[in-house]
Amino acid sequence: MSIRIENVSKRFGRFVALDDVTVHVPRGELLALLGPSGSGKTTLLRVVAGLEVADAGRVHYEDEDVTTRSARERNVGFVFQHYALFRHMNVFENVAFGLRVRRRPADEINRRVRELLALVRLDSLQRRYPSQLSGGQRQRVALARALAIEPKVLLLDEPFGALDAKVRQELRQWLRRLHDEIHTTTLFVTHDQEEAFEVADRVVVMQQGKVEQAGTPLEVFERPANAFVMDFLGNVNVFQGRVQNGRAQWGGMHFDLVGDGHDEGSQVAVYVRPHELEIERSANGVASLRGQIERINSAGPVAKIQVSAAEFGVDLHVELSPERFTELDLRRGDTVYVSPRRARVFAPEYVI
Amino acid sequence: MSELKETSRGLSRHSAGRHDPLWVRFTLIAATVAVIGVLVIVPVVAVFYQALAQGVGAYWRNLTSDPDTRHSVLLTLAVAPVAVVANLVFGVAAAWTIARFRGRTVLTVLVDLPFAVSPVVAGLSLVLIFGLQGYLGPWLRVHDVKVIFALPGLVLATTFVTLPFVARELIPVMEAIGADEELAAVSLGASGWQMFRRVTLANIRWGVLYGLILSSARATGEFGAVYVVSGHIAGRTDTMPLRVEKLFQEYNTPGSFTLASVLTSIALVTLALKVYLERKTRHELAEAVIS
Repeated sequence: MSIRIENVSKRFGRFVALDDVTVHVPRGELLALLGPSGSGKTTLLRVVAGLEVADAGRVHYEDEDVTTRSARERNVGFVFQHYALFRHMNVFENVAFGLRVRRRPADEINRRVRELLALVRLDSLQRRYPSQLSGGQRQRVALARALAIEPKVLLLDEPFGALDAKVRQELRQWLRRLHDEIHTTTLFVTHDQEEAFEVADRVVVMQQGKVEQAGTPLEVFERPANAFVMDFLGNVNVFQGRVQNGRAQWGGMHFDLVGDGHDEGSQVAVYVRPHELEIERSANGVASLRGQIERINSAGPVAKIQVSAAEFGVDLHVELSPERFTELDLRRGDTVYVSPRRARVFAPEYVI
Repeated sequence: MSELKETSRGLSRHSAGRHDPLWVRFTLIAATVAVIGVLVIVPVVAVFYQALAQGVGAYWRNLTSDPDTRHSVLLTLAVAPVAVVANLVFGVAAAWTIARFRGRTVLTVLVDLPFAVSPVVAGLSLVLIFGLQGYLGPWLRVHDVKVIFALPGLVLATTFVTLPFVARELIPVMEAIGADEELAAVSLGASGWQMFRRVTLANIRWGVLYGLILSSARATGEFGAVYVVSGHIAGRTDTMPLRVEKLFQEYNTPGSFTLASVLTSIALVTLALKVYLERKTRHELAEAVIS
């Protein structure tokens, strides 16, 4: 079933949690709601589930308007951040709950629960209680429980938020494979862009109750709609430039402007990702910033180098491939020339 | 009872530190033992000693031969359960409201009010409302309903003073458990009642039982509020504690202590149950914190 969220708004007292949000999730898609805490992504998920009532706007499953339906009637699978397993029921009973309250025959319940426990690979633990399971196992029980009622849509609230890095990684790939198997339309909330990019078909980036951008992971990462999206999806270097002769100028360098609305002489923010900066030993006639290497961290898949450009009063964060790093043979205190391969210019209306 | 619990907790925390010099520890332990001895152990032993001073036969006669004493035992056994059931319903409802909804400070304070108000005042206010000269007096007289100096008054007074027990026990448990499991049940298709019975009640069952034990202990021993509304009619509105006092005033010391020993026995059984259930509820709370 597709989900259509149209112009949904929600306030808690004076706090605006959702401000005229419109999102469309096509049938069978796995979509991530991505944003910092307080951006309204969880509230939106709960509105879709019927656990929260929107002040305005409508929610449709396929062609059916479910705005006024209660959570009980919507038949959605909801997975909570902290699992919310029934602590006094064992794994089997947790998964069976949705079928028991629907008064399904016992043999059907048995069969269905066994199927699901096999699907989430927990067949051997069905007599255990939630307190006897690891975090990753609990999350899989929660997912099996949500799937037991054959939900129209699956909603996951920070499903891997409370797990440690290794388990999170495994479960992400597992969720993606599971989705490719069952094709239930899935909406999941996360604040981790890596997680969103790895699992989701499409990503909706939210901030302060608004949708900032929607698109495939590649689209939002390569063509961020605004400074917030650019900043939220990874590290950036920000320079305050000025528009001159139709281009942004900063530190003797020029950057192309995208879109209109940049008046001559107005302030602009130039955003450059660390991996889009190049380091050279000499200027080579290219417009670049001269600086001193302050710190080097070459542990990990990329070498992270901090360059202090005293002339311009900024610190630059540069990421180099290990090969390039070895080739340059950089040391702390070396004088280097830094030039951006690519930059994005935004009007500086966005403040963190 | 609660004094005993508090001090023993304090001691175990102390010994875990293992920093205090020997004389400090010794002094504290000695002081604690002395206070508990004088205030708790000696009086309890004395009650049983006095009651049994003339032998088991006399004890049994004191308890059973006086019809007013017999009636007082039965009356207490009737009033306390009704008050406890009222408490159960109110306590679960109040705890639910306070733990699940916003803007609950006022309600929390009101739930605690019966603990803060003197029982005598509680009794007097009931007389003010339900007494013959009270606000509802004329209406009650017309419809021939007796509240004050009758069973309903005793139940009302007892319920009032024990009102906070179940609610206070459940609020922290329900807050620690949170609403997520209930929401999960609803999203899985449970009706309100299914959710309450299968999830909420199942999660708080030991807390409920613990609250019931505490409120029945208090209901059995209640004196002040009941004293005011009962009118002290022997064989009709005298509960066990009132009867103990009356026998004592009539210089029937053996009779008084015999009945007092029954009250004390009930208290000791309650205490044992309480210790057992406390372990269970602590388990419930701990689980809530872990998961």
